[in-house]
Amino acid sequence: MPQIIVENLVKHFRVSQRDTGIFGALRGLAHRRYETVKALDGVTFEIGSGELLGYVGPNGAGKSTTVKVMSGILVPDSGRCEILGLVPWKDRSRHVRHLGVVFGQRTQLWWDLPVIESFDLLRDIYRVPRHEYVKNLDEFVAVMGIESCLDTPVRQLSLGQRMRCDLAGALLHSPKLLFLDEPTIGMDAVSKVAFRQFIKRFNRERETTVILTTHDMNDIEAICDRLMIINSGKLLYDGGLDALRQQMSFERSLVVEMTDAGSPKVHPAAQLAMMNGRRVHIRFDPKRISAAALISDFTAHNDVDDLFVEDPPIEEIIARFYEGNGVG
Amino acid sequence: MSVVDSLYVYGRFLTVSVRAQMQYRASFLMQLGGRLIVTAGEFAAILILFDRFGSLLEWNVYQVAFIYGIVNVSFAVADALTTGFDLFGDMVKTGDFDRLLLRPRSTALQLAGQELTLRRISRLTPGIVALIWASTGLDLHWTIPNAALLVASVIGGASLFASLIVFQATLAFWTTETLEMMNTVTYGGVETTQYPINIYRPWFRNFFTFGIPLATVSYFPALAIMGIPDPLGTPIWFQYVAPAIGVGVLVISLQVWRIGVRHYLSTGS
Amino acid sequence: MALVSYWAVISARFRSLLQYRSAALAGLVTQIVWGIIRVMIFQAFYSSTTTGQPMSGRDVETYIWLGQAFLAALPWNIDTDLRSLIRSGGIGYELVRPVDLHTYWMSRALAWRTAPMLMRSIPLLVFAFIVMGMAPPATVAAGAAFMISMCAAIVLSSAITTFLNVTMLWTITGDGITQLTFGLVLIFSGMLVPLPLFPDWSQPLINAMPFRGLVDTPYRLYLGHIPASDLPQHLAHQLFWILAFVVAGRIALSRALRRVVVQGG
Repeated sequence: MPQIIVENLVKHFRVSQRDTGIFGALRGLAHRRYETVKALDGVTFEIGSGELLGYVGPNGAGKSTTVKVMSGILVPDSGRCEILGLVPWKDRSRHVRHLGVVFGQRTQLWWDLPVIESFDLLRDIYRVPRHEYVKNLDEFVAVMGIESCLDTPVRQLSLGQRMRCDLAGALLHSPKLLFLDEPTIGMDAVSKVAFRQFIKRFNRERETTVILTTHDMNDIEAICDRLMIINSGKLLYDGGLDALRQQMSFERSLVVEMTDAGSPKVHPAAQLAMMNGRRVHIRFDPKRISAAALISDFTAHNDVDDLFVEDPPIEEIIARFYEGNGVG
Repeated sequence: MSVVDSLYVYGRFLTVSVRAQMQYRASFLMQLGGRLIVTAGEFAAILILFDRFGSLLEWNVYQVAFIYGIVNVSFAVADALTTGFDLFGDMVKTGDFDRLLLRPRSTALQLAGQELTLRRISRLTPGIVALIWASTGLDLHWTIPNAALLVASVIGGASLFASLIVFQATLAFWTTETLEMMNTVTYGGVETTQYPINIYRPWFRNFFTFGIPLATVSYFPALAIMGIPDPLGTPIWFQYVAPAIGVGVLVISLQVWRIGVRHYLSTGS
Repeated sequence: MALVSYWAVISARFRSLLQYRSAALAGLVTQIVWGIIRVMIFQAFYSSTTTGQPMSGRDVETYIWLGQAFLAALPWNIDTDLRSLIRSGGIGYELVRPVDLHTYWMSRALAWRTAPMLMRSIPLLVFAFIVMGMAPPATVAAGAAFMISMCAAIVLSSAITTFLNVTMLWTITGDGITQLTFGLVLIFSGMLVPLPLFPDWSQPLINAMPFRGLVDTPYRLYLGHIPASDLPQHLAHQLFWILAFVVAGRIALSRALRRVVVQGG
């Protein structure tokens, strides 16, 4: 049985229209005008235990609305949501006990206090048994290398250190579900790589289900098995990353290092995209000509030192997917 | 069990808050000192006026100091414990309130524990000094019922002040307007009820007796403890049960708070 | 330059105050309620005594309403813009301005005090006159003396504010010393209890302190409680303390700046 069942979720928001000026404000007192915005328009999916899922979409697409509904802090207008057999908003207190949440922008740790004090307080808030707490804490300290952070006030930590501590804090009560909202935002490259590895590791070893919302597609590429794309309250895609790659018949590039500078002869099915000294970029559509055919054709007609085939970055794939689906 | 556990977590919250404030010790001590001067000045004002006028209608300085003490101790306790609710409007705007909803504890408990603002306790000092000074001057009989009534009165007063602050915070679920108007009732209530309520005009007196019963929970029990018949003629039994009204209003305000949380969950504003 | 910055700050303050109309209205209501409460308390005290007092009950009522009207002119807070400038280290830019820093800060403080005061005082005075029966100035001369002395009071308040702003260079937040000063101001200016009602033995002490120049001096000139002909000596008292705070502020500022320069900001 799936761990998370979401069926046909619908949610509208009423946004009040503010009139400008003194008279507008007075009019607003007597009669408020509202505009209805559809945040979720029939979203359906299931997530199994231990999945690591990336959830992407432009701002205002309905990502955070979905996550809020699943967290129990927003009640949908209609539709069904069941997580571990509980309806999140009806049984908020019991539901959130199995939930860990990390916001990249905001820490849940106490700003002015050493990290360990926040951890101790979280232990009491979540009623974590002492032996479980000690076991978890020891593990996180060892794996994430946050030993030296424990006695440091949160405000003095670097962003990378702070996010690691935040992750540890969100996992102290051994949640079955972990929601990560833009966790790597603002981090340096090294911290990002390390952070992704921690997530992947905890997902595998503890079978924690992870739902990751992010704008950084490298996060998704590095750790997610499954990807959901949402826009205007509708799910546009739900499946593997490779399947998306194949679905999008995108163009690839052949990059060649020529022996001499000069205009190369290019197969009519492909096109010369860029020339930079001896380096030449050739764009081709794999549906019209395969990489192998193009390479043999090119080497037959030109003198070549070196060559390789380049995939477009994941960001470009998503961008094209958005484009193809009319996402503005 | 659950109540004990909740109280334990509440205590832990407060300890953490106090420790966080102690990180800025010098600033804290200066603020405490400054506030002490302000509140001590307010009490000194009463002494100055009695020095000049001798009495306030039928009241002498000790009797007024006693009422002043009860009201200020009540308010100091409520004010320090409800800082979280003062911050609540901002927490909704920044989304920090969501964080509280993501934890398996009641939001009221977490907000109340959010911060114990130590400097707000400064009001406690002149309040307690006034109570002690008044009780030596009044020759009070500290029988068990009287002592219990004093404690009940402080609890009732603190509950009522706290419920006003909770009510004000609850409004933030529905409106983003600044709600400073409510402060007028709260702080105006402190200013008003630290003097015996019968010195005011009837409409005003009625507002703080029946409308927002701040006078009710402090003035009437104070009369019973001091053994003075009420110039307004309330019976003695009423003076004994009056503090319960404050606790009752607090319970109501927490129910209204829950309605506000439910509204928040459905609008996600 | 100081004048230009004065107008810049005052118009910015007005615009931001106008933005918070509901807050301004709430503030007005609060002060009116406050005034009503205090008037009732004093009325009760006055009805309890038959002996003559240094000030009539009616005078005290007018004194209270003046206090509510000009509350915002008291030195009760510090310049929050300057505070964030100091916290962020942006204070370095202030140093390279081609103006005398103390004069510049003082003109800021003056604007900072005048804008909210003008906004509050007019509607409040109108209300107090029409609804609460507040008395007009005792004589035309009293009114004129009040105006002059009130201007000095605002300058004094700005000098104290500037001094508090300067202390931020040492304490960063400035909260503590501001609270402390505000406590003294509240008691010894006459805001809590009109100064003539203080015990007789304390009068020489209170009179020597700077704070009466903020409230008590102009209000009593208004009431004719201090005859308008005595204006010069009371004005001299106010000017003396303005000078004292300016000098203290300048010394403290130049010391602080030397420190800032040495520490590199």
